[in-house]
Amino acid sequence: MADIRLDHVGKTYAGGFEAVRDLSLTVPDGCFCVLVGPSGCGKSTLLRMVAGLETITTGTVSLNAQVVNHLEPAQRDIAMVFQNYALYPHMRVYDNMAYGLRNRGVPEAEIASRVAHAAQILDLEDLLTRKPRALSGGQRQRVAMGRAIVRKPQVFLFDEPLSNLDAKLRVHMRVEIRKLQKALGVTSLYVTHDQTEAMTMADLLVVMNKGVIEQIGAPMEIYRTPMSVFVATFIGSPPMNILEATSLGDGVVSIEGHRLLIDQALSLPAGHKVKIGIRPEHLSVQADGFTIHVELVESLGAHQIIHATWGQQKLAMQVETDRVPAQSGQALVVGCAPQHLHVFDAQTGQRLLRDNAS
Amino acid sequence: MVEHRHWSMHVLPHLILGLGVLLVVFPVYLAFVGATLDPATIANGQMGVVPGNRFIENMSRVLLAGAGGSTREPVLHMLWNSFVMAMVIAIGKIVISILSAYAVVYFRFPLRKTAFWVIFMTLMLPVEVRIYPTYKIVADLGMLDTVAGLCIPLIASATGTLLFRQFFMTIPDELIEASQMDGAGPVRFFIDTVLPLSLTSIAALFVIQFIYGWNQYLWPLLITSKDSMQTIVIGIKKMIVTQDALTEWQLAMATAVLAMLPPVLVVVVMQKLFVRGLVETEK
Repeated sequence: MADIRLDHVGKTYAGGFEAVRDLSLTVPDGCFCVLVGPSGCGKSTLLRMVAGLETITTGTVSLNAQVVNHLEPAQRDIAMVFQNYALYPHMRVYDNMAYGLRNRGVPEAEIASRVAHAAQILDLEDLLTRKPRALSGGQRQRVAMGRAIVRKPQVFLFDEPLSNLDAKLRVHMRVEIRKLQKALGVTSLYVTHDQTEAMTMADLLVVMNKGVIEQIGAPMEIYRTPMSVFVATFIGSPPMNILEATSLGDGVVSIEGHRLLIDQALSLPAGHKVKIGIRPEHLSVQADGFTIHVELVESLGAHQIIHATWGQQKLAMQVETDRVPAQSGQALVVGCAPQHLHVFDAQTGQRLLRDNAS
Repeated sequence: MVEHRHWSMHVLPHLILGLGVLLVVFPVYLAFVGATLDPATIANGQMGVVPGNRFIENMSRVLLAGAGGSTREPVLHMLWNSFVMAMVIAIGKIVISILSAYAVVYFRFPLRKTAFWVIFMTLMLPVEVRIYPTYKIVADLGMLDTVAGLCIPLIASATGTLLFRQFFMTIPDELIEASQMDGAGPVRFFIDTVLPLSLTSIAALFVIQFIYGWNQYLWPLLITSKDSMQTIVIGIKKMIVTQDALTEWQLAMATAVLAMLPPVLVVVVMQKLFVRGLVETEK
């Protein structure tokens, strides 16, 4: 068991491309930390630097208070699950799991008992003599997990391990991985571009963009108070509506000619351009709201997503099915409670904080 | 797919196939017939398509006693010489090219690209093109009439390196990374992962190179002068060229039939690996 500490870590590729910039992060012992961000945000590079598959340009990576920058991947006592599983195609499932242990000189009897244990946890006992090509995607995924477990590493690294599975299996494996990690208590670093995976699995969620951390926190904390427009639109599904607005002073903004009360504790001078974020699930039909025009209604069963326009701006609204009998072309009067409004600076995209809070 | 086809659509492909097979097999059959006749029949030009009764006799004579013409070496020994040459060339080429391809694909060293292109360029310089300088070097090194002199210049070529390079590039990077995590260094990765995965490519290259080595004519002709170093392809040639006697065609044909067998055997035996290599595309 160990904690992972990244101190001002940076990665610049030979071509001059800066994949990760001055990034610091501490993952406490036993924590399941998810790195999420769009493709190219540097999350995989970061994971690979922890793994030792990528050299570190600046800063230090420490596992259990020991700097591992110059250690080979095999010496770092970590195990990694790859996106395409990277099973050895010519080896049986048993040998796939045993290979790393054999290279470390673990006695055969010990290997056999560890593999048997992992196979039992992962329900692979009947598959041990098969080759990877005779397995389904989910089974391969479990073998890849098994290969990580048998090593009894200090840290698990996951590089988008579920993205090659179909949607149903993904939901299932998501739960399985999380259960397994809880049971084993191994510190984990998990990379994904899927915000649902990130929200549901993480103890600690790290949202990355363009090589830097946008926000770190518990998933719900990030959901409730995104610190930038980027985080606000990236976390949550359907994404948060972002509306262009102008401050009128005294905690009131104007959107499309409509006056909207925001937080009075925000001291915004009149004329300041801001962006107002409203989550689709926080919009509801109200008598004293603003008028939107429905363009399209998507039914998801329990919920409906209403895509609409408010003047020149686009808006999505999520309501329980049958609560709002919406149709295309219809006008609805909707509103949102002031505590659910998020205010961002239009220029920097950063969340505007109350004076006393900042 | 078309379900109801005209009957001619079933017959025509078979007709074409049959013609093709006939075209290939008939000369081979004629060689076999020639190998079964007595000298008089074949010398008089009365050779038909019906085999004679001298097959065993002709065979045992060429194999053990040697035929006439300008060589007296028993064919059994020539077969052995050819076999040694073909094996050394095939195995030598596999070893050299798999190692060079491994270096070019997986290691970052200065002038890596240059090294690859230099190897690549040798494709344009087969033995026939560089035959004089190559002969000069081999002669100066005192390797005339040796197995080394016969094989080494033929081992050096880029085809195998290219084949393995292309194959290695299809092995996913994650597999190397997984090996690294599993504590396997470059040598372990090569032995435990790359070699087993390359098995079918190795088999394919072996077949190609064995036949290439077996069929060599020009180079052995230059480099070997002793009868004891003679390969079977040269042997056949020397049987046909005679100074004053009649060419003993029945013996030449018997030798030709024998010369065909090892390549056929190699293809038949290795065919299974070929097919497996084609079916198991997943890596």
